[in-house]
Amino acid sequence: MIKIKRLNKFFGELHVLRNIDLQIDESEVVVIIGASGSGKSTLLRCINFLEYSQEGEVIINDEVIDPTQTDLNRIRQEVGMVFQHFNLFPHKNVIENIIEAPVYVKGLSKNEAMDIGRALLNKVGLSDKENAYPSQLSGGQKQRVAIARALAMQPVAMLFDEPTSALDPELVGEVLQVMKELAKEGMTMAVVTHEMGFAREMADRVIVMDNGMIIEEGSPKQIFENPKEERTREFLSKVLK
Amino acid sequence: MIETVDKIFSILGESLPALIHGLELTIFLTFTSLLIGVLIGIIVAFMKISHVRILNRIADVYLTVVRGLPLIVLIVILYFGITNIVTLSRFWAGVFALAFHNGAYIGEIFRGTIQSIDRGQMEASRSLGMTYFLAMRRIILPQAFKRAIPPLGNQFIIGLKDSSLVFVIGLNELWGTGQSIAARTLMQLETYLIVGLFYLMLVLFFSWLVERIERKMDVEGKREVIRL
Ligand SMILES: Nc1ncnc2c1ncn2[C@@H]1O[C@H](COP(=O)(O)OP(=O)(O)O)[C@@H](O)[C@H]1O
Ligand SMILES: [Mg+2]
Repeated sequence: MIKIKRLNKFFGELHVLRNIDLQIDESEVVVIIGASGSGKSTLLRCINFLEYSQEGEVIINDEVIDPTQTDLNRIRQEVGMVFQHFNLFPHKNVIENIIEAPVYVKGLSKNEAMDIGRALLNKVGLSDKENAYPSQLSGGQKQRVAIARALAMQPVAMLFDEPTSALDPELVGEVLQVMKELAKEGMTMAVVTHEMGFAREMADRVIVMDNGMIIEEGSPKQIFENPKEERTREFLSKVLK
Repeated sequence: MIETVDKIFSILGESLPALIHGLELTIFLTFTSLLIGVLIGIIVAFMKISHVRILNRIADVYLTVVRGLPLIVLIVILYFGITNIVTLSRFWAGVFALAFHNGAYIGEIFRGTIQSIDRGQMEASRSLGMTYFLAMRRIILPQAFKRAIPPLGNQFIIGLKDSSLVFVIGLNELWGTGQSIAARTLMQLETYLIVGLFYLMLVLFFSWLVERIERKMDVEGKREVIRL
């Protein structure tokens, strides 16, 4: 479904992604872990072209994406993204946040979009918040709305960039719960997270990044119980403390 | 003191219609020039934000000229400059001069508030498949305009007071009217006190209006403060 071939990304002189090769199959849940600054966010952002790489290929559904040729807005509709800081639209209420793109990007009628939006709100357990503004929601509720907003475009894959890192500990669970259900439904997901419990339980594959490289990958069992790389061990001992 | 009050009433009795007329002209001048100033401001803000070097440069030159010249100098230069090329009434010459001046400051206000919107807003919009322009129109600008209301209100008050300077090209707005009354009656202090009072009332009314609009639009952040 998503294929990345020999991706290299620079910020000026800084070599942020080095020869990244990665494949994410349909319905697969890939969890990406690694120290801060190792390039996890940048990798996700290269998949939906919020960042452009200098070398390499991104292939989505067998289509090689060339940012100068392909209509990136179409690609971005197919790959949803959830951010650490939610990035809800503060001037719009919950349902308006969700139907904005279906109406203005996809051209759905407001009624159609509302139906989709309400079903998604129900799914993330926030039907009663339809008319609330983001500032009236808790962090966990905001993130669930953000997930619903991304899902409203009916993407074929979802990218999560530390979706629970900005949350109070007691709110992490409700967001992970929504993500687990999504995974069980067969959504293709790439998840950057420090929630090792989620990785253990849900990941089909864990990818370890360090200094712009994928240094190790394998099943959760392999990575957590028997890591090959010293740096993986170091990282795990820090986050599992 | 009593003498001053007497004089004020005598000026008002004799020249109130002229003063009201001047007041109207001031309001009209201010309103029209600020409206055009807002349009110029929006364009300049986008020129500054754009990644097209030449547009940045043009906007910079414009801002430098407006910031660098006393308004009164700008008004006469524009007046004689424009009327050299096209015939234009004094009124419209005045309007354009004021709009040219205010547009620069309004542009900087818009640029500031647009850039103050969190980057995540544009990223979230783009990640949903919106084009840059759709994201601007639906997500960024509505928030930026809301944030611009307080500084914009401030600039409007400055623009109102600055409109007095177009007397140099012979417009009989409030200040110009006051000048001719003072010259005729030789009651300078009293006349200018009246003129000052009129400006003050206008400014107070305007401040009140801006505050109301701010509250109506529930400028973002207030709701947050209440919740905290
Ligand atoms: N827009 C940017 N401009 C310059 N450097 C950046 C930018 N974004 C990220 N970086 C740098 O790229 C590296 C990888 O960042 P990131 O992908 O955010 O790491 P992670 O998500 O793993 O913490 C870091 O050194 C970071 O400072
Ligand atoms: Mg990151």
